[in-house]
Amino acid sequence: MTSASAPLIDVTKLEAWYGRRRILNGVDFAVNAGEIRVIMGGSGSGKSTLLRHLLGLHKPRSGTVRLLGVDIARASERELLAVRRQIGVSFQGGALLTSLSVGDNVALPLREHTNLDEATIRIMSRLKLEVVNLGGFQDLMPAQLSGGMVKRAALARAIAMDPKLLFFDEPSAGLDPVVSAELDELILRLRDALRMTIVVVTHELESAFKIADSITVLDQGDILMTGTVDAVRHCDNERIQDLLNRRPREIQVDADAYLKRLTEEAA
Amino acid sequence: MNTLTRPLESLGRATVHAFAGVGYAAALLGESLYFAVFGWRIGQPLRLRAVLEQMRQIGVDALAIVTLLALTIGVMLGIQFIAALSEFGAQSQVVVAVAKSVTREFGALITAILVAGRSGSALAARIGSMSVSQEVDALATMGIEPVRYLAAPALIAMLVMLPVLTILADAVAILGAALYSSPALNVTPAAYISQTLSLLSAGDVWQGIAKSAVFAVLITLIGVSTGFSVAGGAEGVGRATTRAVVLSICWIIVVDMIFSFFLNR
Ligand SMILES: Nc1ncnc2c1ncn2[C@@H]1O[C@H](COP(=O)(O)OP(=O)(O)OP(=O)(O)O)[C@@H](O)[C@H]1O
Ligand SMILES: [Mg+2]
Repeated sequence: MTSASAPLIDVTKLEAWYGRRRILNGVDFAVNAGEIRVIMGGSGSGKSTLLRHLLGLHKPRSGTVRLLGVDIARASERELLAVRRQIGVSFQGGALLTSLSVGDNVALPLREHTNLDEATIRIMSRLKLEVVNLGGFQDLMPAQLSGGMVKRAALARAIAMDPKLLFFDEPSAGLDPVVSAELDELILRLRDALRMTIVVVTHELESAFKIADSITVLDQGDILMTGTVDAVRHCDNERIQDLLNRRPREIQVDADAYLKRLTEEAA
Repeated sequence: MNTLTRPLESLGRATVHAFAGVGYAAALLGESLYFAVFGWRIGQPLRLRAVLEQMRQIGVDALAIVTLLALTIGVMLGIQFIAALSEFGAQSQVVVAVAKSVTREFGALITAILVAGRSGSALAARIGSMSVSQEVDALATMGIEPVRYLAAPALIAMLVMLPVLTILADAVAILGAALYSSPALNVTPAAYISQTLSLLSAGDVWQGIAKSAVFAVLITLIGVSTGFSVAGGAEGVGRATTRAVVLSICWIIVVDMIFSFFLNR
């Protein structure tokens, strides 16, 4: 259905709302096969919100999200399932099932979506753990892992089904520089060895510049720019330079809105 | 003006919330049953292993406490009925009074309240903490429907185990009453029990079992829906757990009353 050149992710005019607040203002966003796209932006700019819409965890108020050529808001159960078997997600907090061991967590997608026998599943899930340097830890429970190990275990689960498309939320947040550099290497290796298309949400400039083929900068619900690492670095947009140089932003106060906020009664 | 409309407004909002909650629970029931029956056709099969695990947690692990409580209730009913009925010289009616009240009412009610406290709260806590830590989202993105994986096994297990526990509670409560009252009635416990069996009709037992199936649905739906709608971290999980137990017990008692009214007219 998808031709070779069609983008794997194609978002048009996406608007996202929480209650009466608009978080994304009609965002256009496309990711091509084989690239590593980094989504950057300040806190509260809507990165996680965009990611949740890409994953189909929220239905867009308006606009469309197409993954692998399928409009996920209008897809049937069956189509959606077919898409979800081809994507892997590593959540910020790992989101490993606490009631299952690390090995069972990694094996879960295989158990649920394939008819492989138990021995094969065990070997395959251990292989994935080896990929993320967690070989031999399959019998630990998630509560017994360190923060960096949780992230890597979550990554192992995300790639268990050899997805075409991998989403990674904040790979390096809260990790020491060595571990986060290792994760960056791992992401590059996944793209090169397994030909995955990868979308990474991160604040860490250093890691963003190291792994990204292209960068999308979000600011207050708008995409400021999408471009290569160099283009973003040398862009003269003030907000982007603030972000890159860790300058505090200048907040302009709108007097009317300010007064309104102070005097308004609870909605 | 404001003082007048405020209470009205909050009443209105509460009503809307209540209806939305009932609607959500109904949708959950529909989805769970759908996955249980047709799930395998769309790649979302209900796993027997998950159902058995839930049956163990809900049923087998509750055997001891249900037995203990049912025995106590049986003895208590024996004491009360002997005291009350002997005032009218109607001691011989103790057997029938105990038999009918246990099978129609107390067996199902006590079991349901106990299971709501044990398993309804556990469901809310488990699913609630999973929502908070994004495990539910992770399941969804892996193509594992959270309702199929978390709610459907619990519902099926509850629908099997609550009636089974209720039958056990009926039997043990009657045994308890027999042990306590047979000396006072000058019969052997065995004679007491055989008299009970001859007085009971299948309808009496079925009434309790039918109720327990309804309670099973109530407990599961309330536990699961409060769990899925948790927001606000660990504190939210705690609140949801309490809420699940209180709501379940309220609904159980009200529905029990409605059932009794219609079934005993
Ligand atoms: N569940 C929610 N309910 C209401 N508002 C929300 C919710 N989640 C996020 N928001 C709001 O949406 C806006 C964007 O949030 P989002 O989490 O997408 O930001 P972010 O770019 O991921 O920030 P960070 O880098 O801090 O994670 C914020 O202003 C936030 O207050
Ligand atoms: Mg975020």
